[in-house]
Formats: sequence, C-alpha cells, structure tokens
Amino acid sequence: MSLSPLATDSGAPLYGLMAEFESPEGLLLACRKARETGYSELDAYTPYPVEEIIHELGYQRSKLPLLVLLGGLAGGIGAFAFQYWASVIAYPLNIGGRPLNSWQAFIIPTFECTILGAAVVAVFGMFFLNGLPMPHHPVFNVPRFALASRDRYFLVIKIKDELFDRHGTRTFLEGLEASEVSEIEY
Amino acid sequence: MATLEGRAGGKGGGNAEIPFIAPGHTPASVTEAISEVVTQKTPKWWYAGFGVAFLLVNVLLMSITWLLVKGTGVWGNNVPVAWAFPIINFVWWIGIGHAGTLISAILLLLRQDWRTSINRFAEAMTLFAVACAGIYPILHVGRPWLAYWLTPYPNTMGLWPQFRSPLVWDVFAVTTYAIVSALFWYTGLIPDLATLRDRSTNRFAQVVYGFGAMGWRGTAKHWHNYETAYLLLAGLATPLVISVHTVVSFDFSVAQLPGWHATIFPPYFVAGAIFAGFAMVLTLTIPLRSLFNLKDFITDRHLANMAKILLLTGLIVLYGYIMEGFFAWFSGHHDEGFMMWNRITGPYRYQWWALILCNGLIPQLLWLRKVRHTPWMLFLVAMVVNVGMWLERFVIIVTSLTRDFLVSSWGSFSPTIWDWGLFVGTIGLFMALLFLFLRFLPMISIFEMRTMVPEAKLDRSKTAGEPSQGAS
Repeated sequence: MSLSPLATDSGAPLYGLMAEFESPEGLLLACRKARETGYSELDAYTPYPVEEIIHELGYQRSKLPLLVLLGGLAGGIGAFAFQYWASVIAYPLNIGGRPLNSWQAFIIPTFECTILGAAVVAVFGMFFLNGLPMPHHPVFNVPRFALASRDRYFLVIKIKDELFDRHGTRTFLEGLEASEVSEIEY
Repeated sequence: MATLEGRAGGKGGGNAEIPFIAPGHTPASVTEAISEVVTQKTPKWWYAGFGVAFLLVNVLLMSITWLLVKGTGVWGNNVPVAWAFPIINFVWWIGIGHAGTLISAILLLLRQDWRTSINRFAEAMTLFAVACAGIYPILHVGRPWLAYWLTPYPNTMGLWPQFRSPLVWDVFAVTTYAIVSALFWYTGLIPDLATLRDRSTNRFAQVVYGFGAMGWRGTAKHWHNYETAYLLLAGLATPLVISVHTVVSFDFSVAQLPGWHATIFPPYFVAGAIFAGFAMVLTLTIPLRSLFNLKDFITDRHLANMAKILLLTGLIVLYGYIMEGFFAWFSGHHDEGFMMWNRITGPYRYQWWALILCNGLIPQLLWLRKVRHTPWMLFLVAMVVNVGMWLERFVIIVTSLTRDFLVSSWGSFSPTIWDWGLFVGTIGLFMALLFLFLRFLPMISIFEMRTMVPEAKLDRSKTAGEPSQGAS
C-alpha cells in the first residue's frame, strides 16, 4: 500500500502535489515550466489576482460577460413587458388622459431592473463558474495552504494529469525552486 | 515605491510626492495590519462607542413603537406639509449612501488607485445609510405593515402599482441600489473572508468566516472570473448610482410646486449626494484611521483627494443654488419669484442662510492646501457639510410646501420630539452597524491592498522570455 503511486504514505488517496513559492515571479516561472513540460492539470493559487499567471494558465475570456448581458436583457425586457401588461391589460387606469402605454414613464423601472438583473447574474454567475460555494476542498488538507490567502503562492499538479508521477512530479517541482513541496490528501 | 508612484503619477497633482501606502509594506504586513483590527482584543473605546450607539438604537425603537401605537399624528407633519422629516431624512441618508458606490465603482473605472484603502469602508457606510433611509418611507406610509403594497405582486384586489408615479420609481431605484450595493460589498469581501478564515484560531470564527468565504481558494480561475465580475459590477453600479438620486429628485421635480419643478434637479441632487457622501466618509475615516492605527493605508493624501472631490461637488451644488435663484428671476413667474424671496426672507430664512453658509461658503476653505492637509480642519469642514446637506433638504421640502400657490392653503411646520427621536435614532442605528462592521469585518480591502505593495508588481527581469500565452 505504501508503495502506491496514487496514495500518500499513510495510505490516503492522493489529490495531487503542491509546491509553495515565495514570490509571484517564482510561481509564474513554475507555471510556464510545467506547461512547457506538458503538464495540463494545473492550478495556481495566489493571495491576490496576478494577471500574468491567469494568462499563463490559459484563461483567456470568461463566459461571465455573456451571462451578464443575458441577465440584463432579461431584467429589462421583463420589467418593461410586465409594466405594459399591468398598465394596459391587467389594470388600465386613465390618469389625466395619458396613454395607457406611457412608455417614457416605464423606462425608469426598466432601467433599474436591467441593472438588477445584470448585477445579480454577475455575482451568482461568478459563484457558478467558480464552483462556489464549496465548503471543502482537498487543498485545505495541507496546513501551509492557509498562507495562500496571505503572502504565499502555490502551484498544484493534480493526480489526473497524464504525466503525473508521485516521485517524478515531486522531483520536477523541487527543481523549480519551490520552497516546499507537499502531498495533498483527498 | 517607484512603481506605485508611477502608476498613480500625474493624478495626484501637487501631492504626488506622498505615496498612497507607507513604504516598507509587503503582502504579509498589509494582511496583518488590517486583519489585526478584527482579530485583536476588543478595544475599550469600542465598547464605549457601541454603547452610545446602542442607546440611540433604543431611542429609535421607542420612537417607532410610539409611532405605531399612536399613528403618524405624533409627528409634526400635517397638511400642507405632509412630507417633512421622513422625507428630509430619507433623502439625507440616501445621499450619504452615494459615496460608497461612487468610490468603489466610478473611481475603479477611472483607475484611481487610492480608492483601494477606502472603498470597503465607504461601501459599508453606503449599505448602512441606505438601511437608515429605507426606514423612513416605510414608516411614512402610515401603515408600515402594508408597505409591501408598493411592490408589484399578484393580489386578490387585482391591483397593480401606478408605474407613472415617481414614488413607484423610487421603490425600484432604492431597492435595486440596496441589493446591488450589498452584492458589490459582499463580492469584495469574499477573498478577505477567506483570509480571516485562514487566520482565525478559534473554531467558531473559522466556521463563520469560512461560511462567508464559501470555500474561496484563490485559484487563477477564481481570480479570473472574480475580476471580470468585479469590473462588470463596477460598470453596472456606475449608471445605477447616478440614477438613484436622479430618481429621488424626480419625486420633487415631477411635482409642480414652485422650488421643486425644475430641470436642474437631477444633476444638482446627484452632485449633492456625492458631496454629502464624501463629507460623511471624511467625518468617519479621520477619527477611525487614528483609532485603528491605519494611517499607513489611509494617508493624508487620501484625505486631500477626498477634499478635492468635496470641493468640486460643493461647487456644483452651489451652482445649483445660484441657478434656482436665476430660474426664479428669469422665468418671470410670480410664484417662482415669491418662492425664492420666501426662502431668503420668510419664516425659514435662518435655515436658508445657514445652508448657504454650510454648503456654499465654508467648503471654499478647501481651496487652501493647508485645510486639505490638516485632518482636524478637514473634519470640521466635513461636519459642516453634513449639517448643510440636511438643511438643504429641509429648505427644499418645508419652504415649498408651507407656501405654495394659494395663500389660503399656507401653513407652517415644526418638528415634534418624535421627529427628532426617529432622526437621532437612525443616526444611532447607523453608528451601531458601523461599530459592528469595524469589529467583525476588515474595514480595508486586504487583497486589494496586497496588489498596492511594490512586491506585487511582477518584476519583468525575473520572468524574462516570451510568456507562452496560455492556450494559444
């Protein structure tokens, strides 16, 4: 059991290997090296957004703007249609001879609901695309990972990577000037 | 520091020599200094401050209870002044609530890096101000338990709201503003809640902060979607914040009363809201940065920048006052002319002159560099503006309502103790919420401050070579 390439020495199943770096430059170079070597199941963890690392890992365009556009359109069209229905069909009311479809007046709730729809989708869409909420994740099993929200930078190579090898990958990560390499238990 | 100053260069004008963050900070020191405020033992003054606020919250509860027992007759409102303190205070609070979103959204889009140290706090202030504002119209409807009638919902009476009414627009604008501000604030908090989760040593705090952080890990993918979401929210909040006080101004300008029915109202109200909001941000940050030892992050340069915005918006507001006078004269309309004359010499002349002093004249002191760079002077000016903006709403509402077109329908207004009780009570609620916020959540955005330190700027020489450009 202890010799299994897919489990830690204690026998727990392995999620991947985690390398710790002290600077964003270190992590960026490590990501680049890992990709050049052919690793593809990578995750980089930083305490604040680092544009270069995001691009290095191949995240080009988020799907979020499209979702937000749809949310805004749904909010706006929904609000206008609803006001039309309420004022013209369901409860027509003559106010000083103004037309039932007083579209100019309806613009304001329409505008507000457009923003509301788009903003709600922006936030919940972000949660959805990021897989949040996710109360637990294997990376939290590594005690040093608590520093990922402070001032340390982490690279994780997951076991599902085709090139993953418990010892070979560890040697590879240690060669990247990582200050520490740990195994992540499931 | 060179990179930082380079980034902010040219925008700070004469202050460019003072950095936005004290030298020598690293991501770790920033994290510690800010989360220290939350993780340290509760300071004694906090109990004192929260105690006073809590006392005032009880005044609020008493005022509301008495109102519910006796009805709106306990207030000074009466025809012709059906709108008095509830609307004055509603507009005052909602105006204060404008700075937060302006700082977080508009200044973000304008790439004003200095907003980073004040946005979290200002957003919290916005939320609490909007909460205080919301109390008034709900109570003012007279039967607050039926306030939900304002919202469109299917009901057995077959009724729908009157969508041509500015008061219904207000419901949409303020509700949207409250929801979007809360979402914006919470989204900004998520990475910081993760930091607090990871730093907490007690199990309860870990669980509570962990719950709020929702399992945030800070992967490249998280940050990628997060930054997109944050930028989109900023872009959405920008027109929203402008629209909210515009819609509030429609409550007045769509009516035909002299002094209300003016096209200048939307821009003049929006500028007034920003003016009031920044005054409140200054009023609160000046003492708090000393109490929490956060002068490294909220520097004199931040205060000076806010002072400049205060001066600018103050000038727009002053222009609004001048235009009101000009319209009254140039329209040649008898009642408009009388309205202006009544403001200047009528029964509420003291309030009008105090308003001009507070909002028009005293803020001109901000032209002096000395005033912008001396925190206690700035604090006094901001305090004066807080009062001035309240007086502005008082003058607009009370002078126009007490003396309109028909002399036979004139009246007068004076507030009762319950009007004051409710007003002081909402100040207490605002303070109590702020004290709780300061105690339990980071008052400065930690992760954004990390990006401000020199270390966070990638050193190109160390990462030399063409980036492999990801998926390409």
